[in-house]
Amino acid sequence: MQAQISHQRPTTWKRPPVIFTHTLWRWAIYTGALIYLVLAVQTIDIDWQRVWLGLDRGWKFVEGFLTPDFTTRWRDIREGLTESLTMTVTSTVAGILISVPIGIGAARNLAPMPVYLACRGIITLSRSFQEIIIAILLVAMFGFGPFAGFLTLAFTSIGFLSKLLAEDIEECDPSQIEAIRATGAGWWQVVNYAIQPQVMPRLVGLSLYRLDINFRESAVIGIVGAGGIGATLNTAIDRYEYDSAGAILIIIIAIVLVVEYSSSYVRRWVQ
Amino acid sequence: MLKLDKLSKTYATGDTALRQVTFEVTAGQVVGLIGPSGAGKSTLIRCINRLVEPSEGTITLGDTNLARLKGRALRRARRRIGMIFQEYALVERLTVMENVLSGRLGYVPAWRSFLRRYSPEDVSQAFSLLEKVGLSDYFNKRADALSGGQRQRVGIARALEQNPELLLVDEPTASLDPKTSRQIMRLIGSACRERNLPAIINIHDVMLAQQFTDRIIGLRAGEVVFDGSPRALTDQVLTRIFGDEDWTRMRGEEPDSEQTRTPTVDLAEGV
Amino acid sequence: MTRNSSTPVWHYRTRTQTLIHWLGWFSLVALTVFCWQLMNENTIWAFVSDAPDQAADIGGRMFPPAWGYIDELWAPLWDTINIATLGTLMGVAIAIPVAFLAATNTTPSTRFVRPVALLVIVASRSINSLIWALLLVAIIGPGLLAGVFAIGLRSIGFVAKLLYEAIEEIDTTQVEAIRATGASGAQVIDYAIVPQILPAFWGISVFRWDINIRESTILGLVGAGGLGIQLSASLATLAWNQVAMIFVVILATVVIAEWVSAKVRQAVI
Repeated sequence: MQAQISHQRPTTWKRPPVIFTHTLWRWAIYTGALIYLVLAVQTIDIDWQRVWLGLDRGWKFVEGFLTPDFTTRWRDIREGLTESLTMTVTSTVAGILISVPIGIGAARNLAPMPVYLACRGIITLSRSFQEIIIAILLVAMFGFGPFAGFLTLAFTSIGFLSKLLAEDIEECDPSQIEAIRATGAGWWQVVNYAIQPQVMPRLVGLSLYRLDINFRESAVIGIVGAGGIGATLNTAIDRYEYDSAGAILIIIIAIVLVVEYSSSYVRRWVQ
Repeated sequence: MLKLDKLSKTYATGDTALRQVTFEVTAGQVVGLIGPSGAGKSTLIRCINRLVEPSEGTITLGDTNLARLKGRALRRARRRIGMIFQEYALVERLTVMENVLSGRLGYVPAWRSFLRRYSPEDVSQAFSLLEKVGLSDYFNKRADALSGGQRQRVGIARALEQNPELLLVDEPTASLDPKTSRQIMRLIGSACRERNLPAIINIHDVMLAQQFTDRIIGLRAGEVVFDGSPRALTDQVLTRIFGDEDWTRMRGEEPDSEQTRTPTVDLAEGV
Repeated sequence: MTRNSSTPVWHYRTRTQTLIHWLGWFSLVALTVFCWQLMNENTIWAFVSDAPDQAADIGGRMFPPAWGYIDELWAPLWDTINIATLGTLMGVAIAIPVAFLAATNTTPSTRFVRPVALLVIVASRSINSLIWALLLVAIIGPGLLAGVFAIGLRSIGFVAKLLYEAIEEIDTTQVEAIRATGASGAQVIDYAIVPQILPAFWGISVFRWDINIRESTILGLVGAGGLGIQLSASLATLAWNQVAMIFVVILATVVIAEWVSAKVRQAVI
């Protein structure tokens, strides 16, 4: 499109397409997306009768959520909650302890090539599977109960924390590292004086965030037998005890809120 | 014609930005508003189109009192007032054309603006304005692909697309080099003369103000301390507005290096 | 810092600071040890020490994976992808208005509307999609619909949270400029806010889609359709070589989804 001659200005204007500039491509992609949507929606065969019945149960659940019953199953809830919380704390601490060396090893600006590749390998391994799948395997190996849950959460924490820590270290201001190196400092001293001050606040933030995630996950892995509040919740739903299930969900939401709130407070305090 | 009567603004923090500002601007008059930073220039301009709520006083444009308007009536008043911003304030991710057409937003219904379906008159006016500011080839470029001077030209075109009865200009040259600054000021001046458009130009560069405006209003600590012709702007007056400084020597310097350094100026700063 | 009468003496930390640091670390260690004790009260260590044998046993049964089993996995894989995609679409569609209601600069009322929107976000975020699936399967019966709803409900909080943060971070001068032209609220959103958050929006949505692909692979464990149903069946019959095959399929899907999402995010930013 070129500029027009002064007395004959165009009276219409259309915004040029941004992503798919070729008209044919654009239409192909639009129709493709439409066909996919139709096919995808068709795969969901809805049993309307079942849904209709379910509405009643759904309403019962809403009622259960609004009038939660903390007392009837309190012993089970307390046990599940204790397992979840202890699992969360221990696995987060273990995760941090293992993640720090791996994270340093996976930072290109600090680690030699072989160490870098090994650490990146561990991170990829830890990140490639869902918590649930790892929990299934670990439960099969270590038996039911929170110990398998602890291992699951610690293992998945490693991938999360080391990856983000490594990225942080790689983003460190190189001039500060250079300056400390210029004083004749050794590798440990560089880590201690140039890297640590830069990444420490972020590491604290990430650890707290992971604590939050670990708690939420601890409520899930119980479904496959790895201990925690998830098992209690599963039983409650299986028995159609929606008021107990509602109580458990409310506790989970409340704890997540508390953790999130206090972690933002701690983060501000650290910085 | 614009008339301000005893316009005052006190922020919620208790800072008084404007005290009983009263003046009139006649059709076609280009007024330069000068004063140290923090004197309330920006607040004054934003009070007129009510981006900032004035605390007291009246603002009369034609025969409407802008200070009392609400909702739809306020939007109808705003579309009569074009505004040009300091850092251009273009919507960076929209095309130049959309930015210019956004000057018509107060006139078209929301669905039309959503579909970008503007009337032929609006579009051809936009093309002619782009031609006038020398950007006829750029209408399909995205705003963030332009240089500072080009962006400000789009800003001018957007304001003129409103067919305004008044132009408010907030530090149009603050982030431009001296040569581009002059071009931009000349463009604003000629647009005003051509349409017999009154304008208030808030500008900290005294030399530019003297060269391109018909009248100067000096603001200090929210009060009008000078109102007269640019030629009447003597060293004595400048001292009254800005505080002590070696004005004769400064006039010899590059106009864009007129940073004031004296402590007397800093007194006005906190207002 | 303490001061000697003649020359200042530099300490790394003052007395109280040292004490606080020491106390902090001590309580952290004590808490961890305490939790460890409490957690392992019922752990049967015989099982734990048995783990290497178990691992070797399972590992042996997993290899080689049952390659032929893949013929039965195509349909559930297709279901899995559909659950993730439709769930993401549903989540995003609901998350957009929630985000605008939750952002301080676009919410109609900070007193009443914003807390409700934030509550919706927190409730959706704290409950894992597997728990949503558990609930929905109990309510509307097993099948893809429960899966789509579970993914959708979980996505609302994630997308809305990131989106409302993006809305709160926009450049306000652009909004001011559009308001100054006399634009109405809807027009300000359309011309000043949407263009600014659009890249973030696509990035967040595709990112969530990527996560949803991962999550929908296991929803079948509780009956919500997809690969998980096959996984749960294979686990029940201890057919570890089939389990291994399912893992291979899941891994491949996740890697492809991550690649697609990375490509799309690169394209929009």
